[in-house]
Amino acid sequence: MHLRISSNDGVPIYQQIVNQVKYLVACGRLAPGEEVPPIRVLAERLLVNPNTVARAYLELEREGIVLKRHGSGTYISDAGSPLARKERLKILAERADALLTEAHHLDIGLDDLIDLLKQRQKHLNQAKHE
Amino acid sequence: MNNSVPTSDPVIEIRGVTRRFGSKRALDDVTLCLPRGIVFGLVGENGAGKTTLIKHVLGLLRPQSGSVRVFGLDPVANPKPVLGKIGYLSENRDLPGWMRVDELLRYTQSFYPSWDPAYAEELRSEFSLEPAARVKELSRGETARAGLLLALAHRPALLVLDEPSSGLDPVVRRDILEAIIRTVADEGRTILFSSHLLEEVERVSDQLAMMHNGKLVLCGPLDDIKRSHRRLLLRFDAPLPRPPRLDGAISITGAGQEWSVICNGAGDVAAAAARLGGTVVSEHAPSLDEIFVAHAAKKGVL
Repeated sequence: MHLRISSNDGVPIYQQIVNQVKYLVACGRLAPGEEVPPIRVLAERLLVNPNTVARAYLELEREGIVLKRHGSGTYISDAGSPLARKERLKILAERADALLTEAHHLDIGLDDLIDLLKQRQKHLNQAKHE
Repeated sequence: MNNSVPTSDPVIEIRGVTRRFGSKRALDDVTLCLPRGIVFGLVGENGAGKTTLIKHVLGLLRPQSGSVRVFGLDPVANPKPVLGKIGYLSENRDLPGWMRVDELLRYTQSFYPSWDPAYAEELRSEFSLEPAARVKELSRGETARAGLLLALAHRPALLVLDEPSSGLDPVVRRDILEAIIRTVADEGRTILFSSHLLEEVERVSDQLAMMHNGKLVLCGPLDDIKRSHRRLLLRFDAPLPRPPRLDGAISITGAGQEWSVICNGAGDVAAAAARLGGTVVSEHAPSLDEIFVAHAAKKGVL
């Protein structure tokens, strides 16, 4: 589980951990049932206060992203979490906003943009099969 | 580790402390309280009063007015019980240069009944300090590690670190931060550490006090501070020749029709701006750095 803490934005560190774990779950880099590092281990690795990591885990637990098993650690909860799709869409919405803004500045209309997306999708599929 | 609100007596209690050096007010009516089990970060530029405050905690300076209590005691009147429970790493790390590392450890051990030789040895090897090396021949980083070892090896209830990583390379800085983090995880230990590096303070602190010209300009849980401060970008109907006066604004920068405001709680400022024909174009959470600069600038301007 690779996380990066940045001090340059105003997002509290515990929130950065929450967001990044959600992101890793949403894009499949953290699988259901996978164990996340113990609080102390992650705190030392990220060089942040253990209380901050504890708070992030508590938040993730509350949102159903992770499960605490008594005496054995913290795990990513099973797939089909009600938040998963919403979170995935939320991540994409930010990217979509950025893309639409860029397209607007470059004077590319929505229809052209959609065509471009379809074309790139085809390209990616071909690359995958080669 | 301690997630609950500490209920025990505070480890450090400073009330209305003022200290003048000549005509300069090094501390100006400073009041703060450190509960047990937290990491308390003290930030401010050089000369803001951080070291002066720490010297009061250690009983090296007597408050000219106000009071200082550490573990419930006046550190000037009771140096022995107070200092025996404090591990201190000074900014200058003044260690006797002629001693060897092993001699330095034995020498320091004799001052502290609670010295833990096994732990000291563990730290010595972890910090790669050669027992036979002369202290004066250690590199800057090694000297910092040696100082930290001495501060930690008697397992103090309160660890006071004054600019522990100033002038150090990133590798040694990491060692120091790691040691702080490991120390926090030990039940009930309290850490007071000062730094002008906001980035590291933000990583390791539970609570934060910001000093500027001897005054405490901000004090509280780090997350509360970050959550309550906002940066607003305001756009006005017509260009303004000078910054608008907005109640609740900590700092205002900009020109013409667009002005950027840092404030503590956005509601009042947005309302005040609206009365002057301004609208909020965007709002986001400022970094700790931006918050600090805003507070420091405020004192200079007003």
